[in-house]
Amino acid sequence: MKQPFPFSAIVGQDDMKLAMVLTAIDPSIAGVLVFGERGTGKSTAVRALAGLLPPIIAVKACPVNSADVRDCPEWSDVSDASVQSIATPVVDLPLGASEDRVTGALDIEKALTKGEKAFQPGLFARANRGYLYIDEVNLLEDHIVDLLLDVAQSGENVVEREGLSIRHAARFVLVGSGNPEEGELRPQLMDRFGLSVDVLSSTDIDERIEVMKRRDAYESDHEAFIAHWQSEDATLRARIVAARAALADLETPDSARRRVAELCIALGSDGLRGELTLLKAARAFAAFTGDLAVTDDHIRKTAVLALRHRLRRDPLDDSGSSSRVARTVSEILGD
Amino acid sequence: MTRWERAQLAITLLAIDPQRLGGLVIRARAGPAQAEMLAAVQSLDIPTVKLQHHMTHEVLNGDIDLTGSLAERRLVRRNSIFDCAPSLLVLPMAERCQPQFSARICQALEAGLGHGLMAFDEGAEEGDCLPAALTDRLAFHVILDDVALQDLSSITLPSSLDKIRAEVCGVTLPADLREEAVILAASLGILSLRAPLLLGYAAQAHAALHARNAVTEEDLKVAVMLVYPHRATRLPQDPEPEGQADEANPPEAPQDPTQAIPPSDLMIEAVKAVLPAGVLAHLQSTVKQPASGSGSGTRRKGNHRGRPLPARLGPKNSGARVDLVATLRAAIPWQTLRKISNPKAIGPIFKASDLRHKRYEIQSDRLLIFTVDASGSAAVARLAEAKGAVELLLGEAYARRDHVALYAFRGAESEALLPPTRSLVQTKKRLAALPGGGATPLAAGLAAAFNLAVQERRNGLTPTLILLTDGRANVALDGSNDRVQAAMDALMLAGKIAEAQIPALVIDTTIRPEKTLQALAGKMRADYIALPRSDAKSVSGAVASALAQS
Repeated sequence: MKQPFPFSAIVGQDDMKLAMVLTAIDPSIAGVLVFGERGTGKSTAVRALAGLLPPIIAVKACPVNSADVRDCPEWSDVSDASVQSIATPVVDLPLGASEDRVTGALDIEKALTKGEKAFQPGLFARANRGYLYIDEVNLLEDHIVDLLLDVAQSGENVVEREGLSIRHAARFVLVGSGNPEEGELRPQLMDRFGLSVDVLSSTDIDERIEVMKRRDAYESDHEAFIAHWQSEDATLRARIVAARAALADLETPDSARRRVAELCIALGSDGLRGELTLLKAARAFAAFTGDLAVTDDHIRKTAVLALRHRLRRDPLDDSGSSSRVARTVSEILGD
Repeated sequence: MTRWERAQLAITLLAIDPQRLGGLVIRARAGPAQAEMLAAVQSLDIPTVKLQHHMTHEVLNGDIDLTGSLAERRLVRRNSIFDCAPSLLVLPMAERCQPQFSARICQALEAGLGHGLMAFDEGAEEGDCLPAALTDRLAFHVILDDVALQDLSSITLPSSLDKIRAEVCGVTLPADLREEAVILAASLGILSLRAPLLLGYAAQAHAALHARNAVTEEDLKVAVMLVYPHRATRLPQDPEPEGQADEANPPEAPQDPTQAIPPSDLMIEAVKAVLPAGVLAHLQSTVKQPASGSGSGTRRKGNHRGRPLPARLGPKNSGARVDLVATLRAAIPWQTLRKISNPKAIGPIFKASDLRHKRYEIQSDRLLIFTVDASGSAAVARLAEAKGAVELLLGEAYARRDHVALYAFRGAESEALLPPTRSLVQTKKRLAALPGGGATPLAAGLAAAFNLAVQERRNGLTPTLILLTDGRANVALDGSNDRVQAAMDALMLAGKIAEAQIPALVIDTTIRPEKTLQALAGKMRADYIALPRSDAKSVSGAVASALAQS
């Protein structure tokens, strides 16, 4: 199996990359929604993310990747407390996935052969402490969306069906990608994504040629290409780890909180969630750039990512939501 | 190179490198050309897998094999149809492909299993084609609709395919040709970065076919003819490009002299040679109108009729039909357990929690939103005739069980005469009583209709907007009597309607066709009909045929 395309080797698309790095620094930002045209490298970036993320420590036999044996769910009967370092899970939720597969269900094999009532964990279990990726998220079946909304909100997966009564932690970063031409996303689901990015394909010829070159090198000279970019990925990974550590001591002055609140009020974004996410994103960005306190600059850079999908749609405003956010940001924060 | 030769070449190149080239779209109605292509696919040394639109979730994603499990008394799984040796997937009637289905195919193509796809697109109308997400991933697109019988020849594939396949990865693509590929894509308005990549692969396959170890200009030219034409959204160096594509995507930054390298004429000629007349307009129309619902309504889910969807646990006492097989499937694993607790029972033991219900996808009802201009200017012209036309349309709507809503605008604002209803009598009464006179607040009328359309779409109806006006807007959205602002507001709302992909129809009620109204209809991407100087019946006929197309 070929190594996925390295994250650092993706040309351009800085917003998308930044958004993903921010969720890696602070997973409680809870997700990235990547909407854009075809052939802009959306899925490439998500596949690359798996290679970039720092490994996590998890109990060996735990089906939900718990860090401590005491956190393992009862039904899993884990007794061995030994831990191992595993790659951060990036789990694919395919469009056609059934409810059983997503939430987990009765282990049919055991029921059939041994007459035992056992739980077979689903995708939510596997994605715990990691990422859950949904390609073409706007085409997802409604009943799966409902499940997703509930779990993404509560961080817990509850299965009450077929005589099973099971619960386990399911905290993950949701990454969705899609092409807006193919269908709209329910606003409730849109809300669950912390950040949202609109990807456009670059119109810069040099950049486009560079994309081709790297793709060519990736295919024809795979080993050398991966080796070269893996070291870049390692540098970025080290920055992410450092930023995670710095997050605890990062100062958030009241002035920054006030700014964020002002922005959200001026934009009329729904609920407090936008405010909270923007603050988290600005903090993660400050930690990433190595600053000690959140400033207007950090807010400015992350405001569009955190707020653009939370605006009420105004049929009489012709400009897109990104530019509406940008305009309000420059009104309130100055240029 | 004739069309048929291009088709032959495309299938040969695809046979060489199906994994990287993704596949081929063949646009042709059933006929000898299509049959010949199909025969060629079957004669390949790659296994073929036929995809069908009614394939269920279990077939596409793999599931438990119920009969096998019962017979062997252990769990037997059935693989997904895509879980097989590298194959050519054959998709007939590709234009009927649902987004969910095509997304699943895309995933299978990109999973690295080595599959390629042959999509047979039998679309009759221009907009009737397979989902763009799929087309974008497939390298080739050939149109065989008007290939004459005498041009057809049987397709022979090179005998040394294995040798060529081994060599294709070693073929190098010189840097200057790669650059040319990117520049050409940009100047043709092709935004997706997959296009130049696929072009490179196609050129490599062509070079390998001719036993070259590096791509030459000739290889690239041939590949351009196969990969680019159907993706082009504009032609470079045209004095007046037809579409508005240029405004949205400026060509490669001309201010920087190093970047303003025009693509070589040779390549452009290659593309032009392949583009049949009128195709550019068609392509632009596909760019402008991404996958909109067609027919009388878009799809929604129900539980009685339509295309089957995966069965679900449903609320008891609901009117849904029980899916017997799915229910059995749910109950069987439990039998061992239930037999233990109830050893005397004979036969399988069912519980309410086993019940699964059928779900189907059905067409939603259409809502016709009539927005009628009752201003003084229109009343003088032909309000009565317009009313007559609407009445006839209402009759037709009733026959088709469409819903109808009626808005009128005059004076300073628009008025909802009738909320969405199926009552024909009501509508007729309100319409007949509609007085004329006053100013023309066109923008307000459009805004009201737009809001209703968006709202009702959320409720599961499929709205279509029908606007009857003389287009002489003179009241702006804010109520001021500013003609210029009024026209601008109307245009802005027309843009909104187009953006929301609400199908619309503009009926011009003036005596002479009104230029500004045509522009408005264009902005709305609506069909435009000038009310001819004749009876209401012919209007209704014109409208009905326009609606049938939308």
